[in-house]
Amino acid sequence: MVEEPRAKMIKVYIMGKEYEVPEGLTIMKAMEYAGYRFIRGSGCRAGFCGACGTIFRKKGEYKFRTALACQTTIEDGMYLTELPFVPANKAVYSIGELTAAPATIVSLYPEIARCVSCNTCTKACPQDLQVMDFIQAALRGDVEKAAVLSFDCLQCGLCAARCPADIVHYHVAQLARRLYGKYVSPRSPHLEERNKEIEAGKFDEEMDKFTKMDLEELKKSYTERDIEK
Amino acid sequence: MKIPYYPGCTLKSTAKNFEDTTVAVSDALGIELLELERWNCCGTVYCLASDDLMHQLAPVRNLIRVQEMGFDRVTTLCSMCYNTLEQANQLVKEDSEKLEKMNSFMDQEEDYKGGVTVTHYLTLLKEEIGFENLPVKTPLKGLTVVPYYGCLLLRPEEVSIDNPENPTIMAELLEALGACVVDHPYKLECCGSYHTVDHKDVVCEKTYSILSSAQKRGAEAVVLSCPLCEFNLDFRQKDLEKELAPVPVLYFSQLLALSLGLDGNLGFDQHYVNPEPLLKKKGLLR
Amino acid sequence: MIPKISEDTTLLEKVEELSGEKVYSCHKCGKCSAGCPIGAAMDLRPHQVIEFIQADDWTVLNSKTIWLCASCFQCAVRCPKDVDLTKVMEALRLLILRSNIDQIEINKIKREELEKLPPVALVSNFRKSTS
Repeated sequence: MVEEPRAKMIKVYIMGKEYEVPEGLTIMKAMEYAGYRFIRGSGCRAGFCGACGTIFRKKGEYKFRTALACQTTIEDGMYLTELPFVPANKAVYSIGELTAAPATIVSLYPEIARCVSCNTCTKACPQDLQVMDFIQAALRGDVEKAAVLSFDCLQCGLCAARCPADIVHYHVAQLARRLYGKYVSPRSPHLEERNKEIEAGKFDEEMDKFTKMDLEELKKSYTERDIEK
Repeated sequence: MKIPYYPGCTLKSTAKNFEDTTVAVSDALGIELLELERWNCCGTVYCLASDDLMHQLAPVRNLIRVQEMGFDRVTTLCSMCYNTLEQANQLVKEDSEKLEKMNSFMDQEEDYKGGVTVTHYLTLLKEEIGFENLPVKTPLKGLTVVPYYGCLLLRPEEVSIDNPENPTIMAELLEALGACVVDHPYKLECCGSYHTVDHKDVVCEKTYSILSSAQKRGAEAVVLSCPLCEFNLDFRQKDLEKELAPVPVLYFSQLLALSLGLDGNLGFDQHYVNPEPLLKKKGLLR
Repeated sequence: MIPKISEDTTLLEKVEELSGEKVYSCHKCGKCSAGCPIGAAMDLRPHQVIEFIQADDWTVLNSKTIWLCASCFQCAVRCPKDVDLTKVMEALRLLILRSNIDQIEINKIKREELEKLPPVALVSNFRKSTS
């Protein structure tokens, strides 16, 4: 009888309780191995949705570190807890009634004027974004810079959880991106033109022809299409 | 000459005219202002607690930016930025233990070595160019003005750009530009500063005292160097319409640009009391 | 609102520690109060505030004066005994702020006001009146 190879086991501390889990797992998988079932704090499991923000310490260290549970491999002696929700302030507004004026963002989130430039938010960000810089851009009304710098934000909330000034960086950034997209970024005139053409029925006949074709005709149409036009 | 320039948040929004006119003037005088590539809000007020290092980070981080650029000098326009940067600078130059703690905390930055000097633009103009050497094309003849320093350009003494009780630097500049300068006892009286947010009445009292004193001495306009003072003395006149005839409030750089004959928008539309009628009446606006 | 300070300390000791100033040096000449731009609106004049501190009277923390101070440094420049009263006022404010008692509710400021106020006004106000 062949013995199945066993994974090396390491110790992790989940909410203060010690568990032995196989090494090489992500924090999220380790928590599930230990018996936790996620009904909050888990989403895409692919580092994109920001649901699994986690605060942890490494063995022998004093520093609080932050990361996404689904993207971070456990280490021996890791001391962790997930933060499935951050009770952050969210301004209520109607994007259609705003303008991208310099004072719009600070008028909806005046707490950004409390930023002390300590850079704690930047250090907390699992996406390595320049968080302090986009908050500073928002404070001085540079909507474009705030939008561009915060583009990859996952809204995990780890920045807000650590901020001494109680700023909600990800809500501020979302407002900046919405203002940028609606009022600042250049419009695509060809898109608007194309929309008008579609509404005028320019493509109705062709669409009708294709939807009525059978699979073989469709395939033939595709492979014989005129690419050079 | 090239010199790093720290704008501060307000010069990018409500006081953009202050920045724009200064940049235009600097171009004309051969001063290249190099805006710090990456800067943060300085904090606007110097933290006065002996144990608080967190609120010193903001100004010191900006001084690191100057160091990163390879320069040992930075200039700024806003009185509050000037005061905060310079007081913080002096603190860390004197207290190496505090500096070490701050440098250690800002572990993503290079260490600040304490080698930067903060120079207000007025001092820069006086020392590097000399007011008498300014190439004035349109002397501000017939315009009677009063310089308003406010508090933070002059106090505390350690950071003062002039004599804290009897400053003359702005008067010297305005006289060199051909204006008639009158003195007034409220030239260094605080405008009420940040009370404009939640104690508007306190500010309106100060606005009234300062402007009526200036008017009594024949001043037709007030000249200053701080966007908060400008807001308080200019925009708060809205609540004093019954008590006070309107007084235009201008940044020194706007009059400087005007007298140097520079074309372009002098940013008068960003004021509450429009200075154009007065300047047109004096034949100073084309 | 007098916050609870857990240490067994006099007001004078606490203020001197936070401000780094020798409050006992003040001999109440009144030059600070004479030069204070906001003096007329205050309930206690600046030199009277010093009196309270020297007398270990914590009720000074209830005064409007410490919040009406505009940190203009006029008193500090004029004091013949080199007492930086600006720092003393800040120390009194911090005793309250550091107990998590803010003086302004940021989210109650009207949006129209926030849209007009220069950033420098908001940043400096919040620094002085929130913790």
